[in-house]
Amino acid sequence: MNNSQLKSALLRLGDDALILGQRLAEWCGHAPALEEDIALTNISLDLIGQTQSYLSLAGSLFEDGVKTDDELTFLRTDREFQNLLLVEQPNGNFGDTIVRQFLFDKFALLRAEHLAQQTFNSEAAAIAAKAVKEIRYHADHSSKWVIRLGDGTTESHDRVQKSLDDLWKFTGEMFISDEIDRAGVESGFLPNLDDLKKKWDEEIDNVLGEATLTRPEDCFMQTGGRTGIHTEQLSFMLAEMQVLPRTYPGTSW
Amino acid sequence: MTDLTISNKNGAELVKKVKRQMKDVMDPELPFLSIEDMGILRDVFFENDHVVCVITPTYSGCPATEVISEDVLTAARVIDPEAEIRIALSPAWTTDWIGEEARNKMEVNGIAPPQGSSHDRAFLTGDGKIIPCPLCKSKNTKLVSPFGSTACKASFKCNECLEPFEHFKCI
Repeated sequence: MNNSQLKSALLRLGDDALILGQRLAEWCGHAPALEEDIALTNISLDLIGQTQSYLSLAGSLFEDGVKTDDELTFLRTDREFQNLLLVEQPNGNFGDTIVRQFLFDKFALLRAEHLAQQTFNSEAAAIAAKAVKEIRYHADHSSKWVIRLGDGTTESHDRVQKSLDDLWKFTGEMFISDEIDRAGVESGFLPNLDDLKKKWDEEIDNVLGEATLTRPEDCFMQTGGRTGIHTEQLSFMLAEMQVLPRTYPGTSW
Repeated sequence: MTDLTISNKNGAELVKKVKRQMKDVMDPELPFLSIEDMGILRDVFFENDHVVCVITPTYSGCPATEVISEDVLTAARVIDPEAEIRIALSPAWTTDWIGEEARNKMEVNGIAPPQGSSHDRAFLTGDGKIIPCPLCKSKNTKLVSPFGSTACKASFKCNECLEPFEHFKCI
């Protein structure tokens, strides 16, 4: 794995966390209950913290000079972001947000567990070791909500089943390997995504079973996030997220 | 490179003094506990002619980390104007580093301290574990939300005295 591939891999890790963290922050003041408002924004905070670490590390690997995490967050265009399409999907209703979180948490936890163990890059291992503890807590929370909503009332069951059906087309992208993933696996830095999918499937099925939800059939999977081809949703989000530093370059509190 | 021959700093003495200063650097979210009590301050040593303080953040996104870094630097620079701060992410911070005395202080201040060791996964959310009320000591308590006012706490309620309270998550 060369420097540029490592940089891309780190950008992907940082971008997944950043975009989902920003989405969750949109719930601030709008969640169905105070406790959940606090929970979603707490998860957001953890994700933004992970973003800062991953993007700072990625920023140190740019050949044309070091970039800060803020520069990478606020001054890249939509085509330069490499996050999964899943995490940029709009919050929708509470069920949509929970299902999106659940599908991602289970993937992110398995990925972070590998990153924490690898010895190819010790700084990334340290960030991941910290993240594992946080994501484990998030996964526990989102799984419990999937069970509560799925095995709740007829209405909550039907609505969360619809969220699952709607979001399923974004799950395939998590397990597609390109040359960066292959180089990452070869050097031991990244997990083998085929192996990871087996574990993910098992964990997803366990929770869905308990939630009395039906796992959707694998359909045509949407892809493109890893190469900067995003759904229209990302640009609107970036417009809001980036407007201040773009309007007032170099401004500070 | 610093020319050590012209240095007139007494490293060991400075480290000792900075360590003493650190006892007064409190956690901004838990002002009755010092960053040393919390296990956030990992090391103080002398290197390249200045004092280095090493801290480990509790959570990746904890906003208090920035305040703590500033407070540590301010306190250390009273002793050594060239003092430096370093953030160590590995090993990851764990509640196992919070000592017995600090746990007692939490309880006195109305926060249920982390229970047991972080290696026991059931302690993560308090599931199936009894978190006693820090106010009336009743064991009849209920988890209201696994998240609380700060990243490190969960919200509980006491079924006896009916008071809400916070539990410091065990990670």
